[in-house]
Amino acid sequence: MTDVAQVFRILPEVILTITGVLIMLGEPLLAKNASRKPLGWLAVLGTLAALFASFWQLQLPAGTAYFGTVQTDAFSVFFHVLIAGIVLVTLLVTLDAAGRDAESLGELFALMCFGAVGMMLMSCATELLLVFVGLEISSISTYIMAAFRRKSAKGPESAIKYFLLGSFATAFFLYGIALIFGATGTTDIPQIAGLLSTSQVPVFGVIGMAMILIGIGFKVSAVPFQVWAPDVYEGAPSPVVGLMSTAPKAAAFAVLLRVLYTALPALHSHWQPLIWWMAALSMTFGNLGALRQQNIKRMLAYSSIAHAGYLLVAFTALSPDGIAAASFYAASYAVMNVGAFAVISHAGGMDDRLTLIQDYRGLAYRSPLLGGALAFFLISLIGIPFTGGFFGKFYVFASALHSGLVWLTIIGLVNSGIAVYYYLRPLVSVYSKPVHSDLLDGIPRVTVPLMFALLITIAGTLILGIVPGRVLALAKAGALTLQSTVSDTTTAVK
Amino acid sequence: MTSSLHLWLIPLVPFAGFLVNGLLGRRFPKALVTAIAWIATLIPFLQVLNIALHFSSLTLPYNERVATWITAGNFHADFAFALDQLTLIMLLVVTGVGFLIHLYSAGYMAHEEGYWRFFAYLNLFMFFMLTLVLAENFLLMFVGWEGVGLASYLLIGFYFTKDSAANAGKKAFVVNRIGDFGFLIGMFLLIAHFGTLSFDGIFSQIAQHPEWQGGFLTAIALFLALGATGKSAQIPLYVWLPDAMEGPTPVSALIHAATMVTAGVYMIARAHAIFDRSPFALSTVAIIGAATALFAATIGLVQTDIKRVLAYSTVSQLGYMFLACGVAAYSAGIFHLLTHAFFKALLFLAAGSVIHALSGEQDMRVMGGLRKKIPVTFWTMTAAVFAIAGFPPFAGFFSKDEILYQAFISPNPVGKIVWFVGLLTAGLTSFYMFRLWYLTFFGKSRADQAAAHTPEPGHHAEKEEHKHPVHESPWIMLAPLVILAILSVIGGWVGVPAALGGHNEIEHFLSPVMHAQHLSFEQVSVAMSTQQQAVVPAAEAPEGNKSLELLLAVVSVATALIGWFIAHLMYFAKPELPAQIAAKVRGLYSLLLNKYWIDELYGAVIITPVLFLSRYVLKGLFDTGVITGGGLALGYATQGIGSLVQRVQSGNIRSYAGWLALGAAALLLLTYFGFGTHLSF
Repeated sequence: MTDVAQVFRILPEVILTITGVLIMLGEPLLAKNASRKPLGWLAVLGTLAALFASFWQLQLPAGTAYFGTVQTDAFSVFFHVLIAGIVLVTLLVTLDAAGRDAESLGELFALMCFGAVGMMLMSCATELLLVFVGLEISSISTYIMAAFRRKSAKGPESAIKYFLLGSFATAFFLYGIALIFGATGTTDIPQIAGLLSTSQVPVFGVIGMAMILIGIGFKVSAVPFQVWAPDVYEGAPSPVVGLMSTAPKAAAFAVLLRVLYTALPALHSHWQPLIWWMAALSMTFGNLGALRQQNIKRMLAYSSIAHAGYLLVAFTALSPDGIAAASFYAASYAVMNVGAFAVISHAGGMDDRLTLIQDYRGLAYRSPLLGGALAFFLISLIGIPFTGGFFGKFYVFASALHSGLVWLTIIGLVNSGIAVYYYLRPLVSVYSKPVHSDLLDGIPRVTVPLMFALLITIAGTLILGIVPGRVLALAKAGALTLQSTVSDTTTAVK
Repeated sequence: MTSSLHLWLIPLVPFAGFLVNGLLGRRFPKALVTAIAWIATLIPFLQVLNIALHFSSLTLPYNERVATWITAGNFHADFAFALDQLTLIMLLVVTGVGFLIHLYSAGYMAHEEGYWRFFAYLNLFMFFMLTLVLAENFLLMFVGWEGVGLASYLLIGFYFTKDSAANAGKKAFVVNRIGDFGFLIGMFLLIAHFGTLSFDGIFSQIAQHPEWQGGFLTAIALFLALGATGKSAQIPLYVWLPDAMEGPTPVSALIHAATMVTAGVYMIARAHAIFDRSPFALSTVAIIGAATALFAATIGLVQTDIKRVLAYSTVSQLGYMFLACGVAAYSAGIFHLLTHAFFKALLFLAAGSVIHALSGEQDMRVMGGLRKKIPVTFWTMTAAVFAIAGFPPFAGFFSKDEILYQAFISPNPVGKIVWFVGLLTAGLTSFYMFRLWYLTFFGKSRADQAAAHTPEPGHHAEKEEHKHPVHESPWIMLAPLVILAILSVIGGWVGVPAALGGHNEIEHFLSPVMHAQHLSFEQVSVAMSTQQQAVVPAAEAPEGNKSLELLLAVVSVATALIGWFIAHLMYFAKPELPAQIAAKVRGLYSLLLNKYWIDELYGAVIITPVLFLSRYVLKGLFDTGVITGGGLALGYATQGIGSLVQRVQSGNIRSYAGWLALGAAALLLLTYFGFGTHLSF
């Protein structure tokens, strides 16, 4: 591949970077009181272009570029499309919710584009240092976005918490990279695999692996690194929470998959039990914690901890099926969760006027569309068939049991039983007889961008639940690109 | 026959009805909503009838693959439907009884708010139930399985204004999830061992491997049975069904008597090839069924709410069906499922008619003397009472007797015991049904005693202000009653045993399904262990002793007569007797009245600890919930960034960082000291 043609390997990232820069440049040109919506639409266009560029990358033969630092393959395309999709829906939701209380919206749109660039880099980087750069781009954008509720003290408070704790975790991640470099003399992911499997496993390598696990564990809010999630989710603006509970997590999971299965399969006997425990604890802690929450965003924060646990279950399966299940789960969780937050964002606006579950009482009577959509996403989060939530869980647990993880499967299924209880609370609330409430009367009409956002997420949830074939095939193809080494580990386990 | 039967239309038409009514029904007039819902149920019913008429000319089992669903590696599942004798019976029950209940609902729900919503949910239920019955693989069956649960939840919680209804719906959902957990694990094990979830694929593999006995098949069977206990309200997961009576009465009739709750029995019968290989699982199912039958019947003895009596009776009758499956008499179980669908749906609908007549009253203590006032309801209900009590020639007699007979002659070691428990239950059933009959229809009206008594709010609550005089229900409600009453009388004649001069047609009809493994069974019978022979389906046993069968029938009718006689004595001849007896055995009475305190036990043992953990332990440890920004918003705005830093340094973040560090330390220690260890779970 010629030098110029290499740029196709990072085409989506390039498109989004240009879009972000254009928005930054356009912002000061607009009059102070002018609507920032054109900038938002520009971002939407850019994201759409990045989405199509990602699909287009499927035509490229799988391969690397820029001295082997990035690799485009089915795996990277899967996560690129997912991330672009999440950002697209979030932009639409922001256009809808922020239209009313606009404040420096241009920055927000640009940050979303830049954040997406970071996450996309994470999912295609095959060089630990580039992974780190992507992680930082994504994290810093998210820290700033979390602070966007400037009228309320909750916003900055949650952003500062997120920033300080996040930096702490990032330090672990970086130190992990350094130790692995010390153990192997390289930070190139495929090379690490070769060096580790041939030699005796060095202590540094294992400790480095644990450090990376800690850093990623924080990003995906897995127990015991979950403390920040409820506070940050409660404080940040709802559209941003929809984004940061899904896209950066998906990217972090992609990194973890690549690192564990491509770079460190030789250490699987060390990381598998750790992830086993993280999965079991995350599911249990997340679900138990969610039971008593009154604030809907806090409840969904605990729910997202639990879902991170379900996803980690698939990691322990040590099989291509497990990798595919993990990727698929990331997608199915993303569509339903972003959808739920789209409703919450519209109902509450950027400033969270509706915070408690009981504030949603009678929503379905006020707006059948919003109420029905929220109910639908909750049903998917429960995991009822014909929704993506069901198939996500189905694949994860089927692959886990297939690999003989009986106890983890049982823990997971018991947990998904507990989860019904708290998902039903907002569901009942939404369909309960309306107590006449000013909160509900304050909900504006459903706008066109929101319609699109709901359409995409509802259709996505249904497609993943009814005809998941093509998505699953892509996830499976992605898993196979990591597989060459995986097959070794599976045989080693069995 | 090669032409397509278009089975996919059967579930899809009700779904179309759901979509139309659900999306647009709000704006439709009631008549249109009703018409759509009726037609959406009538079409599948006619289609099923049409199939039934041409049934003998079909090559069975008939499979219909609609589309590929998922392909994941070696695992593959289709949208595929199957038709065989078992499916046909289920289809007839679901669409036939379903249609009648749709008719009835139009009258019963006429004055309710959210009429369109009710019918939309009802059609949604039909869609999922028909999917469950028609599915050709466990996965699609599970879709229907979960779907009926969802529809049931929506219909129980139909009265959203009523907290008790919302809670009951939630309870049903959560308890059912525990059962679903069993079903899911069973499915995962099936995938792991067979690589497929298709019935055909699994059962043919089992047939080819006669050496597979017990072992993993026992595990699969037990997990599937756990799933069945959830849906079919058996011990230990029966607790949701009585509470589900909070839903409208037609819902109780359709979902909680005739169709959904029998899904567990259907599933076991469908998967009998698996159960046949595991004597242990079969015995477990038999014991669960017998225990539930007796247990629920004893609770039913003292309940005063007419619908609750019927609810416990349903649990008890489902126990019979389980018992039948447990002694490998699947045909008998399905037979009872069929007759039960008739008489129990009728009992609920008739009870609904009584409730309707009394403007929402459900307490039997304030009923009485209704015989003359609502004669059609009385006579139809009488047919149902005689059917469930097991008097010949009513439907229930034949099916119940078939179960008891099969249990008695079963080579299964628990056969005789469960037979005896079943017989005892038959007596209790007869007693509490006649108790209901006498209390409701005979004696003097006790409605005036109810002056101080206020009926439960909710259903028909809006009518409380202007109580109607007692009135017979409109024809649209009575017609289904009459049809079901006829079926409750003659429905059992398809299974008259040889001992009584019949041919037990239903047993023969079902035998191709229930003994599909017939050949392979015999081919290998030599190689089989003696244990295996214990579970050869009952029909394999030598032709039953006719006189023994007759004797058993006489014994069970006599038992039913005793039950009737005692009920007559206590609630007709000497109405003061019940109170005296209750006073004498106060402990026992209150044990039964409080349903053995099982709900309280579950609450104390499971729910309270979980909530405690959630509220105090986890919250106290991690979630200090210190985000209090709201109250400080003003202060923050004036004092600027300084106060923010103060707040951040106030310990909250430090403690969070502390937890983070602790977690990291734990993980690193585990990694370091766990060196080389390999947890292989």
